[in-house]
Amino acid sequence: MSLLEIENLSLSIGGMPILRDVDLAIEAGEVMGLVGESGSGKSMTALAVMRLLPHGARAGGRVAFNGIDILAAPEAAMNRLRGDDIGMVFQEPMTALNPVKTIGEQVAEGIRWHTGANRADAEARARRMLDRVGLPESRFPLARYPHELSGGQRQRVVIAIACALNPKLLIADEPTTALDVVLQQQILELLKDLVDENRMGLLLISHDLAVVADMADRITVMRNGEVMETGETARTLSEQVHPYTRQLARASTHVPERGRHHAAVGAPTLLEVRGVSRDYPLRARRLFGPAQKFRAVDKVSFSLAAGQSMALVGRSGCGKSTLARMILALDRVTEGEIVFQGEELTTKTEAELKPARRNMQVVFQDPYGSFNPRHRVERLVSEPLHLADTPPTREQRRELVSRALQEVGLQPADMDKYAHEFSGGQRQRLSIARALITRPRLIVADEPVSALDVSIRAQILDLFADLNRRLGVAYLFITHDLTVARAITDQVLVMHEGRLVEEGDTDRVLAEPRSEAARALVDAAPDLGRAIARRLAEAG
Amino acid sequence: MSLETTPASLQRHWLRQAFASPSFVAGFAITALVATVALVSFVWTPYDIVNLVVADRMKGMSAAHWFGTDHFGRDILSMIMVGSRNSIAVAFLAVGIGIAVGVPLGCWAAARGGVVDEALMRLNDLVFAFPALLSAVMITAIFGPGAVNAIIAIGIFNVPVFARVARAGALALWPREYILAARAAGKGKALITVEHILPNIASILLVQGTIQFALGILAEAGLSYIGLGAQPPMVSWGRMLFDAQTRMIVAPHLAVFPGLAIVITVLGLNLLGDGLRDVLDPRLRRER
Repeated sequence: MSLLEIENLSLSIGGMPILRDVDLAIEAGEVMGLVGESGSGKSMTALAVMRLLPHGARAGGRVAFNGIDILAAPEAAMNRLRGDDIGMVFQEPMTALNPVKTIGEQVAEGIRWHTGANRADAEARARRMLDRVGLPESRFPLARYPHELSGGQRQRVVIAIACALNPKLLIADEPTTALDVVLQQQILELLKDLVDENRMGLLLISHDLAVVADMADRITVMRNGEVMETGETARTLSEQVHPYTRQLARASTHVPERGRHHAAVGAPTLLEVRGVSRDYPLRARRLFGPAQKFRAVDKVSFSLAAGQSMALVGRSGCGKSTLARMILALDRVTEGEIVFQGEELTTKTEAELKPARRNMQVVFQDPYGSFNPRHRVERLVSEPLHLADTPPTREQRRELVSRALQEVGLQPADMDKYAHEFSGGQRQRLSIARALITRPRLIVADEPVSALDVSIRAQILDLFADLNRRLGVAYLFITHDLTVARAITDQVLVMHEGRLVEEGDTDRVLAEPRSEAARALVDAAPDLGRAIARRLAEAG
Repeated sequence: MSLETTPASLQRHWLRQAFASPSFVAGFAITALVATVALVSFVWTPYDIVNLVVADRMKGMSAAHWFGTDHFGRDILSMIMVGSRNSIAVAFLAVGIGIAVGVPLGCWAAARGGVVDEALMRLNDLVFAFPALLSAVMITAIFGPGAVNAIIAIGIFNVPVFARVARAGALALWPREYILAARAAGKGKALITVEHILPNIASILLVQGTIQFALGILAEAGLSYIGLGAQPPMVSWGRMLFDAQTRMIVAPHLAVFPGLAIVITVLGLNLLGDGLRDVLDPRLRRER
């Protein structure tokens, strides 16, 4: 008998089918990878195992954990199971911890509730657990609050809570999606060690095939609420028998076709950043003490040629988004200057910035948050036309919007829809259409594909490459994902703690990084091909 | 992954959802009734309240005078109908002042931040620090009693309420990416506020408006009751209570009916406000 057996699990919410005949089994000590794109039912499957389903959900089939019928168990029995025999790690460590309780209280809470231990014993046990997940007492006493920790440290606390009672099964729902690649690798290693030590079963949910290939013994591929394929990781991913598995694998290693370096030679300089720094004031330690400063960006200089595609990579919090905002003149510069098309931007007023803004547009990460939900596409996409010296007539505006929509692969008829009527990938196309409408020379894209599913991401990367080739737009791509940098950029800048630590050709930097920060990024980046090769070698 | 309830389907069906909410339906019905009565009073009342029929003074309830008559022989039902439009007008204008002054101030504070924000909000605190009704009494006592001064006095205390609500709503929107995108499109803060911020905080302002409206009716009644609001021959519910107070023992109906009118109207508006909030704020609805 397996540790967890899911048979013919079906689920509907308010009459809408979510899961259909899902079968899944996990043995003790086994890592099961559950992959699929958003909306495929991965998280709902996990929530069904915990029986934490939303209101109005109806489940059918059988879920057996250690011989207990989960779907039929009384709520009190489930409360005993949750957090004791089944632990769960969530995607967003910011919201998974209670901000007003110390980390010690939060780890000890579950221990006290499940074992009835007194406060001292529970705290001693919590202390051992926090030590185990890499938060030693000297730097992380129990009295720390979540806001005093970084994202990766918080995720360690969440893992400590989930594993405090040596659960038999751990469910990790996208545990590293909110973290940068270096932290991702650390967290994955920690999970792997915990599985080996305690012979836990681990259900690892991820949209990232490379992560799953690296971690999981077996893999289940889901799509639209149904299981497409289940099997041993190495074999499933190397043979790719099922067409959908093959599609996923292709999409996640997709590299758009593009003529490399075609614009870099001899092209005029478009953007020049000279010794730019940005300080943020911190709260003074004492009432009349000197104000503290935090230097988010420290004397960064680089230049970008017309039509060039450049990546700005670095770990989260390294100052790359701050730098991007300064280039876009959305944030003030503390010192240094930014020259765009031969004009110094840092001292200009908003009115004087108009011509520069026309030639410099932005695409954001979140395809959901970057549109006003109350406006139609015509108005959303035409917003930058505000920068035109003479406002276009209604006909001209519709013409321009329709051209921009066609350029990004949408229909002119989409003009009268609202943003929510589009899928995530289509919304990112809308974002790009909005950025293109003024015919800019430079597009700054802040993590433009990291919120998208792999197949959509491949399409958007193709679109970026195509626009670069056709329209000669220069890109500054901000990303922590090296596969994105590799796919569509010629040059790469590596940032670390506000400083530029390395720059050069993308292929060279990613193949043989010279700086320590770049090497850490390259080593930690999950790579599907490498992971499969390693798995196959292990299997012999 | 999540089961998305798209804002559009919300927009399209929000009326249908609204009429599935009992508090919205009850509040809407009561408010509509009060508004109808006020409108009807312009063209028709059972009796003309300008005619004093002393022979009929202080009559109880009867078929001829459903709610009885007052000490001048005027029909109470007719007076409540005429009084409703004055009570509503005072509250409506006071809410109007609050929105017209408070919302721009709140949006300005949110857009500018820093010293402007700090100064405006501390000024707000200052106004909040005075008990509203007491200060309204003070203002009308200084500038003389009357409906116009009552409107101004109540309106002043609506200003910080709307300023705060607007500022809180706007602050939550400023870091959104579509606002950043608008800034990257070179739009100024005033234009962004008009195009992006206001439409998105309209719903919370609407809810706050209905609640302040109810409070305005209460405040008007309070001021008139102590003789600082509507002055004769203007009729208002609070004024009717003022006239009734010395005759409570002999003719309780003089106080009961205007009092009931106030209670029902305020209840209706509060229910409407609750219902609107449930409908317009998806988060609260899901948690219910």
